[in-house]
Amino acid sequence: MAEERRPAFVVVGKNERKVDGVALVTGKPKFAGDLDLPGTLCVKILHSPHAHARIAEIDTAEAEALPGVACVLTHQNTPLTRYTTAGQGYPEPSPYDARMFDTKVRFVGDRVAAVAAETEEIALEALKKIRVRYEELPAILSVDGALAAGAPIIHDEKDSPGIYDAAKNIAADVDIDVGDVAQGFAESDVIVETVCETQYAQHAPIEPHVVLTNLDEDGRLVIRSSTQVPFHVRRIVARVLDIPLHRIRVIKPRIGGGFGVKQEVLLEDLAALVTLRTGRPALVVLSRQEEFIASRTRHPMRIRVKLGARSDGTLHSLEMEVLSNTGAYGTHALTVLSNVGSKTLPIYNKAKNVHFFGKAVYTNLPVAGAYRGYGATQGYFALETAMDELADGLGMDPLKLRRRNAIRVGESSPIFEKLGEGREGVAQTVKSCGLERAIELGAARIGWEEKRGKRPRQGSRVRGVGMSIHMQGSGIPQIDMAAATVKMNEDGSFNLLIGATDLGTGSDTILAQIAAEILGVPVSKVIVTSSDTDVTPFDTGAYASSTTYVSGKAVERAALAVREQIVQVAAAMLADDGGNLDEARFVLKNERAVAPNGRGVTLAEICQRAMYQTGQFQIAATASFVPDESPPPFMASFAEVEVDTETGRVQVLEYVAAVDCGVAINPKMAEGQVEGSVANGIGFALTEEMLFSSKGRVRNPTLFDYKILGARDVPPIEVILVPSFEPTGPVGAKSVGEIGINGPIPTIANAIHDAVGIRLTKTPFTPERVLDALRARRPG
Amino acid sequence: MKISLTVNGAQRAFDVHPGDTLLEVLRREGYKGVKKGCGAGDCGACAVLLDGRAVNSCLVLAGKADGSEVLTIEGLSKDGALHPLQEAFLDEGAVQCGYCTPGMVIASLDLLTHHPDPSEEEIREGIAGNLCRCTGYTKELRAIQAAAEKMREARHG
Repeated sequence: MAEERRPAFVVVGKNERKVDGVALVTGKPKFAGDLDLPGTLCVKILHSPHAHARIAEIDTAEAEALPGVACVLTHQNTPLTRYTTAGQGYPEPSPYDARMFDTKVRFVGDRVAAVAAETEEIALEALKKIRVRYEELPAILSVDGALAAGAPIIHDEKDSPGIYDAAKNIAADVDIDVGDVAQGFAESDVIVETVCETQYAQHAPIEPHVVLTNLDEDGRLVIRSSTQVPFHVRRIVARVLDIPLHRIRVIKPRIGGGFGVKQEVLLEDLAALVTLRTGRPALVVLSRQEEFIASRTRHPMRIRVKLGARSDGTLHSLEMEVLSNTGAYGTHALTVLSNVGSKTLPIYNKAKNVHFFGKAVYTNLPVAGAYRGYGATQGYFALETAMDELADGLGMDPLKLRRRNAIRVGESSPIFEKLGEGREGVAQTVKSCGLERAIELGAARIGWEEKRGKRPRQGSRVRGVGMSIHMQGSGIPQIDMAAATVKMNEDGSFNLLIGATDLGTGSDTILAQIAAEILGVPVSKVIVTSSDTDVTPFDTGAYASSTTYVSGKAVERAALAVREQIVQVAAAMLADDGGNLDEARFVLKNERAVAPNGRGVTLAEICQRAMYQTGQFQIAATASFVPDESPPPFMASFAEVEVDTETGRVQVLEYVAAVDCGVAINPKMAEGQVEGSVANGIGFALTEEMLFSSKGRVRNPTLFDYKILGARDVPPIEVILVPSFEPTGPVGAKSVGEIGINGPIPTIANAIHDAVGIRLTKTPFTPERVLDALRARRPG
Repeated sequence: MKISLTVNGAQRAFDVHPGDTLLEVLRREGYKGVKKGCGAGDCGACAVLLDGRAVNSCLVLAGKADGSEVLTIEGLSKDGALHPLQEAFLDEGAVQCGYCTPGMVIASLDLLTHHPDPSEEEIREGIAGNLCRCTGYTKELRAIQAAAEKMREARHG
């Protein structure tokens, strides 16, 4: 740990209030759906009732004739450009297998048509008047079905580039090798193998997807969207609708949670086309049911992990095979698949032989996409379950086994270089790692030594403890790019313009804290404007745990450049005084620039001189950052559970997440990221699951039937921020948005095993599955 | 049909359709702090106080509310001063995206009005109908406890 290198901070490390907090707690109209534009049309979508069918005919005449209908969109009157809805950097590593509207539907919920009307009632009425004749095709409702010989081909079109093998329904394929796993297993003393399966799960942000479009006074298209990726929205909409990029402005107002589901260009094209066709504002809001059937989900996966270890517990051979269900379209198929390995395997860098391979296959089920954790969540279930089994096989404490094999400061893993996001990765050594300490602190907090293996029983209820360890990344190296502009005002305040996208995480606030720290002002003197493609510089967006590390570094650089300009002016102002004016030794604090001799001038005076008096110029700078590495945050997570052997109910009594995210710029916000992602992860582990009919229809598309955890369901979650300092990060920070969600599934699974001796390998761990496993357990 | 409501202390008359929910009417009339998350009473984002009790405004027909008193999140701060609940939500980091916050604060206000000194269990029960996908509720629980304490102090001088 490099704690000694940590400088003394004034603003960084403080629990500053959110810069947008007062507006949010007073209910100010800050969200995309809160703006009323006169004459706004309501857009509604007709979704496919079939899992797989050709559209033989669409007749919209009756719908168009309905008074109040402004326009009806189908494949007959919209661009046929192939694209991906994945809001990724360009060129996107996802196949261009989608169209605005296609002649074929590939899942129940696929787009068939859209109506724009004066009111929601009229739009819904018009949807009923659209006559569609479908020619039903056999549907594929499982990954095994997709790979079976003679399976129907879901993407049989000839014009979709980027599909790995369309004829076999394989969207993406990955296969990387380090050393020789076969020989590695032959040389191993203990070998375990496990297969884990994860479910269809939905992000369920409380704010659904919302897009509002209009033409401004100059006839330019303005898109206000609840998006995590405003710049990608602009680029993709320009291409799909074939309009010049400079005629589009994308604004991201406050957004009500995203978790990856808003990293998709899901609705912007529809609203934009309605506005371009009619000249009128258009609003499209998904209903909660549409969120479930027609937005995006986590990729369900079946993952096989085989581990071989020496008798001293050193991992020697590690094999991971992934079968991922990408649903009807391949958005994020390749990159999520890659991340199953790239964000898990490096944590056990002692294994000399590693084989990671897998496929993402198409099915006629809802479309999987980006979801917090991005494949790592699924990967850790299998990996950390297998590690627990290996500990059993070795007769070794699971903590000790993980300590022996975990990556440390100064170490690397060949996986970093071999496996990137849909392509080769980037070599890196770990420069900060609080994992060892996280294991120690977490174990002490949960009471590992006292509780492990004790199985205290009260009636039919038995308790146990489990743990697992994790890493994620901080952005995508050599792909992500962020920029920031800092501009000074004559009262000594600053505008901070950032393309970065605050989706509720608090990134506007922590980025302001970075700038304030460097410029020697309170956060209140930093005015943040973010995510407006006309106003703010470029940023790839809020995904891949990129904001704190990548956008933060851009802000740090811009602020340092402005600091330099401030000091130059200050030195000139103090020149008459004589004394030491070594610019390198100026300090900015308390809204003043102070020379080494102790004399200083206020920032307001400095800017007034630069603006109005001598050598006039605007004190401002823009800086960019493209990371050369992706420093992993680390986590050790622990849970104590109680399993009722009569009802099968699993209750988490306490959850502990000890996290190393480098310097926590705003500790409460960093804790909040972990608490929220852990709560979501406990939901995956215990209750959340999309259920399907035999025809591929989602059976539980409501928040009543799809159970996300409420305040009564969430156990006490203790987050321990483990101090570390990342030398390549802004003010020593790493990112922390995703890692927490990887913990609960394996941690709870391992705790259940500690309590009652069963290995659950299919999420969620419902009472039925627990009882089945208890019954199937061999006596003794 | 015409209905009359007292919204945040001001008497107002609204033209509504018989099928309109209170949520639709309030948002149409500019109370955008009232959020729609599901339209089915499952998430609590649209909670308002109706005659002093928290309700999901998406489940209340506007016509049925005729003559009632409504408090939305916009009516909570007085003369620019935030309510102790709002202050506590900010100070404890209980606000992330802020979309569930208005409903959560309204539900908490109902709770603290009727149980000035709630146990943690009572708080969890009190906000059980308000889903939050960002925070895991940990910071909300602390915020509500902190606000309860401040409100009790204010009441007893």
